[in-house]
Amino acid sequence: MFELPSGAEIQSIIAALKTGVGFFMPEIYLSVLFMLLIIVDLAVKGRKNNLLPLLAVLGLAGSFYFIYQQHLLEAGEIFFGMYALDGFAIFFKYFFVISGILAVLISVADDQLNRHARSMGEYYALIVAMVIGMIMMASSTDLLMMFLSMELVGLTAYVLTGYRKDDPRSSEGALKYLVYGAVSTGLMVYGFSLIYGITAQTNIMKISSELALHGYDPLVMMLASLLILAGFGYKIGAVPFHFWSPDVYEGAPTPVTAYLSVGSKAAGFAILMRFFYVAIPHGGEPFQDIVGIDWLMLLIVIAIASMIYGNVVALWQKNVKRMLAYSSIAHAGYLLLGIIAMDALGTQATLFYLLGYLLMNIGAFYVVIMISNRTGSENLDDYRGLGKEMPLAGAALTVFLISLVGLPPTVGFIGKLMIFSALLAKGSVYIWLALIGVLTSVISLYYYMLIPLNMYLRESNQPVEAKAGTGMAHKVAIAVLMLLTIYFGLFFKPLVDFAKVSSSMLGVTIY
Amino acid sequence: MLSLIVFLPILAGLVILAVPSSQKQIIRIVSLLAAIAQGVLAVLIWQGYDASLPGITAAAGGAPEGSFQFIERVPWINLDLGGMGSLNIEYFLGVDGISITMVILTALISIIGILSSWPIQKQVKGYFILYNLLATAMMGCFVALDFFLFYVFWELMLLPMYFLIGIWGGPNREYAAIKFFLYTLFGSVFMLLVMIGLYFSVIDPLTGNHTFSLVAMASQENYIKDAILGPDNVMWRYAAFIVLFIGFAIKVPMFPFHTWLPDAHVEAPTPISVILAGVLLKLGTYGMMRINFPLFPEVFQASLYVIAVLGAINIIYGAFCALAQQDLKKMVAYSSISHMGYVLLGLAAANSEGMVGALYQMFNHGTITAMLFLLVGVIYDRAHTRQIDRFGGLASYMPVYAAVVTIAWFASLGLPGLSGFISEAFVFVGAFSSVTTRNVAIVSVLGIVFGAAYLLWSLQRMFLGKRKDDAAYDLEVGADGHEHIHFHDWKGKLDLDARELVMLVPLAVIVIFLGIYPMPVLGMLTSSINKLVEVLSPVVMTALN
Repeated sequence: MFELPSGAEIQSIIAALKTGVGFFMPEIYLSVLFMLLIIVDLAVKGRKNNLLPLLAVLGLAGSFYFIYQQHLLEAGEIFFGMYALDGFAIFFKYFFVISGILAVLISVADDQLNRHARSMGEYYALIVAMVIGMIMMASSTDLLMMFLSMELVGLTAYVLTGYRKDDPRSSEGALKYLVYGAVSTGLMVYGFSLIYGITAQTNIMKISSELALHGYDPLVMMLASLLILAGFGYKIGAVPFHFWSPDVYEGAPTPVTAYLSVGSKAAGFAILMRFFYVAIPHGGEPFQDIVGIDWLMLLIVIAIASMIYGNVVALWQKNVKRMLAYSSIAHAGYLLLGIIAMDALGTQATLFYLLGYLLMNIGAFYVVIMISNRTGSENLDDYRGLGKEMPLAGAALTVFLISLVGLPPTVGFIGKLMIFSALLAKGSVYIWLALIGVLTSVISLYYYMLIPLNMYLRESNQPVEAKAGTGMAHKVAIAVLMLLTIYFGLFFKPLVDFAKVSSSMLGVTIY
Repeated sequence: MLSLIVFLPILAGLVILAVPSSQKQIIRIVSLLAAIAQGVLAVLIWQGYDASLPGITAAAGGAPEGSFQFIERVPWINLDLGGMGSLNIEYFLGVDGISITMVILTALISIIGILSSWPIQKQVKGYFILYNLLATAMMGCFVALDFFLFYVFWELMLLPMYFLIGIWGGPNREYAAIKFFLYTLFGSVFMLLVMIGLYFSVIDPLTGNHTFSLVAMASQENYIKDAILGPDNVMWRYAAFIVLFIGFAIKVPMFPFHTWLPDAHVEAPTPISVILAGVLLKLGTYGMMRINFPLFPEVFQASLYVIAVLGAINIIYGAFCALAQQDLKKMVAYSSISHMGYVLLGLAAANSEGMVGALYQMFNHGTITAMLFLLVGVIYDRAHTRQIDRFGGLASYMPVYAAVVTIAWFASLGLPGLSGFISEAFVFVGAFSSVTTRNVAIVSVLGIVFGAAYLLWSLQRMFLGKRKDDAAYDLEVGADGHEHIHFHDWKGKLDLDARELVMLVPLAVIVIFLGIYPMPVLGMLTSSINKLVEVLSPVVMTALN
């Protein structure tokens, strides 16, 4: 039976919404930016190609101001427990805005995308929309918000993947992405509904206390966890929910691939951590332990499968984008190890690894774009002899790949070091997980090194026709990314400290 | 001082980065100057080194001062990890008798390597940048006293080495380069896990924090009893020892992890072979002496026999393989495997004689094998082949070359009066006096016989006798009526030229001098070795428990 709220109740709802808005400025700002981009595109249709990306970059950079303001606000839930503002959310706000800026930069760099795509107007608006969606994924504290924000990210991602309509691979990728996305989101919503059925709550904090108070059927909860993991696993691209990723990564325009592999994956990790840490906490303070639901075991299986499958299958890839797709599956496995550790160090390690992954993976794709601008190809064979032709790009790519393997002195090494430290700090229980981790990274060395092997050790089999050289701005951007990858491999304190202050949810340091 | 000697090459590399790639001579000279400056610094460090201080562990009270020398210690990274305490990584350099020996060797071989790189014409700029990066990493490994720092330098060696073999190597270089890379990385990832485990198990007595300091790790009383690698956790300590040992053994290289070495040597250009055999292999045994053994002394004591047997296999198997080689460079590569076996045997003796012999053998093998590879390079430059049976009677046409070869070959087979003899003698004295390794030592002596066999046989086939029918050179009768030989497209001097003499003569002098009067090196390392033996001895360990 539905009753109309009384005047006083409406008053209080409006008051709550008003306070909530104060905690919601970055998202509002970005939404305005999104609409502005569409309007400006309509106004300048076809002229001034560089205006939109410039506006997008400056606009995204402007949001740093609003995000920075949020450090002063007190952590807590807003909009009736729909949404959270805490260190964890702020971390991901920075993360997604930076990845959005880099995505715009590499989109400008990509000749193929700019030449073939019909209109680039909506493209930048969609990137901004995806930033909003990912930020909301990282901040949602309610099952409904989680679902809606994931759909926002998903829908923009499908469109971006299929942006090159002339390329059948692009369309194929988009369709596959859509179909797999629909299925796994459907499974996830089914899992949500089971949880709602047990607890009659959609807020994850309330779900947690409800489970602790009134008990639950472990079997149903296990099933629900598994179904929900299907949805999150699809976003992070972990085995066995990875089937979309090689085709999508290969088919999508390269900047979109880079953006998906970093942004969308990180958003998946953010939502996974927030949901499982808070709703079904496992083994530890401050949230009450919900026993009997061994989702940690599920994560362990998924992590092992991802590390092994991703790294082994990548060995046979001849297309660099596809190889990086499989490598990103493997990296999802490494990132999961940090979550499995289930303590402050592990969370910190995961966040740090994500930051490092942002640098090295976007950097690697940046160089891949530069190379394909020159050779028109992403095939490994066409990389022959490029080291001499493009000295900076070659050196930078080597650094990024070494970082992806996890060799010092790069940020990727520190990431792996922190993740394995988190595992070994637990004593001997997770040593075998760490062992699988290091052994698979030896495997990864082989396929990553195939790229420098072709660039430096082999001579080009056909003369490279002299095309216009890489623009100065892009050279600078690549050099900066390369130097940061090395710098943070040697002096990583700021990033670790940032990850540390960010590993608190709703004002409580989780694990 | 130590920072300077470590980072000089990388500074030279940065300078080279700014030099246009057409200025090949400037690039070479900059590198040479950096290497010479490194050598001067090494001499200064040697002069200022007080041989009475022991090293290995901290002095009484837990401070490294008074035990190590030329210490440079600044906090590098201090992270507060909340519940886990804090993560402290230090920039911590210092030398003791073990490392200073290797520092001098590295500085020497670096100079030789640059001289030997002079004729390289392909991508000179890239070559010398990578070479300098490698030189920094090698030197850094030998002076780092923080495990984390050591690991960074250790891994930093891989990439330049990969490219140096892969770009400037022989026909099968791709395979050799990636094999080297994969083997070494396979060994070192385990080292990473052990390093993390050790970090959580060791407390620096001075600060009360966990530490990566190898000095603190070398004292068993600094271990937390029930930590993952603490004294109570016997199983994991054994596991950690074994994987560390494998990691270092791959570098040595020890049978059965040696297969990357012949490939790498055959494909690598001469200077890189010199570096590889002269310095890089020593890192394996250095790592054992600095990290593997003193950190896990009780496991070391339990595995003496196994290590000795592995050493003996190396000695004899390496010698047999060398005997079977047609390719001169491959023969020298296998002789390296054989000679590094003496180092393992000496270490397994676990007494002062054996360990002194092992460390001295590391130094001597560095100088002797550098000569061997340089000499192989000399003939390969001229003839473009290294097949032993395509030469003959070279002694009468290249007398100086033959003389230097004879010195190097005899030093390698351990002729008394040359440095190799003294170290091998020490190794055998040590191995005989230890009950555990006595039987193994008796078998290993056979290695000397086989060593003499392959060395003398190759000497005889190449330098004595007459020119063969399918020789790599033509015989011509000159205007003066004498016979000359002529290599097909060799324009330079037939016998050793000035540059080659500059490289080879100092090495030969060192080999002869240290064979007659070894005290300059032995005096430097003895007190550290005695300390190492003490740290490793079972008496000290039972006293602790």
